[in-house]
Amino acid sequence: MSLGIMDSNNLNGGQKLAVKYFSVAVILFVAQILFGLIAGLQFIMPELFFNVLDFNVTRMVHINAMVVWLLMGFIGSVYWLLEDEAGVETVGLKLGNIAFWVLTAAVTVVVLVYLFIQVGPGDDFTRWFINEGREYIEAPRWADIGIVVCVLIFFYNAAATFMKGRWSGISGVLILDLVALAGIYLAGMFYTTNISVDQFWWWWVIHLWVEATWEVLVGCIMAWGLIKLLGVRRKIVTTWLYIEVALMFGSGILGLGHHYFWIGTPEYWLSIGGLFSALEPIPLVAMVVHSIYDSGVHKFKSANHPAMAWLIAHTFGNFFGAGVWGFMHTLPQINLYTHGTQWSASHGHLAFFGAYATIVIAVFYIAVQQWRGGVWMSGNLPGNGWKWKWALGLLNFGVVGMTVALLISGYEQSFIERAIEGSTWSGYFAAQIHPWFVQGMQWRMVFGLVTTAGIVLLVWDLLTIGKGESRPRQKVGEAIGQQA
Amino acid sequence: MTSKWWANEESWRKAAIWVTAFMLVVLIVLTFDTIPKISVGSERVPAYSVINQRIDYVFNEQRNFQVPVIGTEQPLFGTILNEDEAEALVTWGKKITQGRNCMNCHTLLGNGAYYAPDLTKSWLDPNWGDSSMREAMMIRFLMDPPNNYMNDSGRKMPNMHISEDEAKAVIAFLKWMSSIDTNGFPYNFKPIDQEG
Ligand code: HEM
Ligand code: HEM
Ligand SMILES: [Fe+2]
Repeated sequence: MSLGIMDSNNLNGGQKLAVKYFSVAVILFVAQILFGLIAGLQFIMPELFFNVLDFNVTRMVHINAMVVWLLMGFIGSVYWLLEDEAGVETVGLKLGNIAFWVLTAAVTVVVLVYLFIQVGPGDDFTRWFINEGREYIEAPRWADIGIVVCVLIFFYNAAATFMKGRWSGISGVLILDLVALAGIYLAGMFYTTNISVDQFWWWWVIHLWVEATWEVLVGCIMAWGLIKLLGVRRKIVTTWLYIEVALMFGSGILGLGHHYFWIGTPEYWLSIGGLFSALEPIPLVAMVVHSIYDSGVHKFKSANHPAMAWLIAHTFGNFFGAGVWGFMHTLPQINLYTHGTQWSASHGHLAFFGAYATIVIAVFYIAVQQWRGGVWMSGNLPGNGWKWKWALGLLNFGVVGMTVALLISGYEQSFIERAIEGSTWSGYFAAQIHPWFVQGMQWRMVFGLVTTAGIVLLVWDLLTIGKGESRPRQKVGEAIGQQA
Repeated sequence: MTSKWWANEESWRKAAIWVTAFMLVVLIVLTFDTIPKISVGSERVPAYSVINQRIDYVFNEQRNFQVPVIGTEQPLFGTILNEDEAEALVTWGKKITQGRNCMNCHTLLGNGAYYAPDLTKSWLDPNWGDSSMREAMMIRFLMDPPNNYMNDSGRKMPNMHISEDEAKAVIAFLKWMSSIDTNGFPYNFKPIDQEG
């Protein structure tokens, strides 16, 4: 072990692959923010890149970069904990490495085509090779198939490794969840002219990912993280994980109905969707209680302060972004006015950042710690750890600020465009030019810049934290764990 | 060590499995019920040949919101299409909207991006003047949006290089979409004058 130096000898096989995924993820995260800035600017400077790099392109790159970097962060996280959790070396690692390069190459090609070809005629070639034109899953069909193949290889690595080594509650939930996560993607891989049926299945992918399978996946990462960082007893986190799965799937699967209010689907979805999605915040509250309670029991003594802070940010972000912001517009009586307004954008930002970006960043910190030989990352860091603290503060403050700005615009939009004007073309623009709306768009940019400053610091910190550190990591575990 | 039932790992494991399985079964049953109700030619999602007819969006006392009403013959671009021709045209139109990535500026059925107006009832939008000039206005706009913009926000739709035939297909798709029963979304919509 070489303490304080970034040396891949400090990593096991799965972890070596994990840090490759993490590196691409960070690059895509930066790309996401850059394109978000351009898209946001286009609201207040509509001439920006007009007819060159239009809003539909910048926005598509913004949200696709997000989906891919989070998925890569998840895949990397699983490779990261795999050998530790299974107790054996990763099975089929060579193939896993090939899949990584294929996936990275495919993503690069897709993005280049988005940027330089952008659109195509209304034929099958366009959907197969340029752009599918369906939000979040715009990737052309060839890339869909490539993604599925790479994910299957990843799945094989994970499942075969656990099978060869040992199973645990966490790995059992993880593997079943990955089956569901991959299977659901298939629901978005066909064409139909019937837009009601199209959106019916499209929501299976989007909703059953973020409000069911992704939630459970990060639940597994969280459970593993609490054991590692705090030394919580496995039995406790496993029990919590089962409770979480029961509550999350119990509410989230039928919560899908909150997207079936207005797309042509029958009226009974108004009640089913409203009721079950209103229950979705419950597991998210439970997670906050769990993480804070455990940290308290362990006297906030953790092996990795930045990672632990980001895990706590995750529980709060998940609760507020998904739970509170989601609940605010999930009842049909309210959603009728807010559906497809800046309300949705407000919720989308806080939820994706709060629930998912945060926990992937936590794993980044766990990774750099080990990459540098398992260095000290608890209290008393050089400079009092100002970089990670400011990165944490700026990113969270920036995203919360954007969320509030968008919410104000969203209120104004649902009031003027929807309630008063009646949702026509001119009603839409009456709301868009109202000063309250415009101010919201301007404040979004101000906080977007705060967010950007946060990510610059974050990248800098990830590259430098623990450099030259000679103290080994703080010990946690049995002795402290017994008190729980 | 015996733990209370609410802290028992094994019973929560079982609960997780049963709850998930049950919800999944309910979702599958509901899916089987819903799909026929939203297939083309159903009450909620009319056949593509609906583009041969007049479509209104009228307040329904019983349901307490506006619903699409299919009226007398009003062929699109003056030609009656049979079912196959209508389907081909609407299909082309939908594929064009996907290929041009409309959904990353607009919403359709309220889903998509928020940079431009919702297209769910675009066919019925009063902005097209009245029903006698609507088709011509829509073609003109789609073929050259930057020079035919209709708002003072400074935002313009880019030139998507849509030909006249493509524009007609897109309009057929929009007309068909406006006939879908969306449970009153968009709310309080004020449709175009079709009496003139
Ligand atoms: C971490 C979990 C979640 C994430 C990442 C997330 C993200 C999103 C995003 C991005 C959208 C906009 C989709 C679009 O582009 O059309 C959306 C829509 C929505 N979400 Fe969530 N969400 C989460 C959890 C929740 C929860 C728990 C609830 C309810 C309690 C909820 C309620 C809604 C509703 C009602 C909509 C529809 C908005 C509309 O009608 O336009 N979400 N969500
Ligand atoms: C500098 C920071 C950012 C800026 C300026 C920005 C800007 C934007 C803009 C302009 C849109 C299009 C909204 C519309 O259609 O009206 C958008 C959508 C979106 N962004 Fe961001 N963004 C930023 C950061 C983020 C972050 C950190 C996340 C999550 C990790 C995120 C997630 C999303 C999502 C999920 C959507 C789709 C929302 C929906 O469809 O409802 N963005 N963003
Ligand atoms: Fe949802």
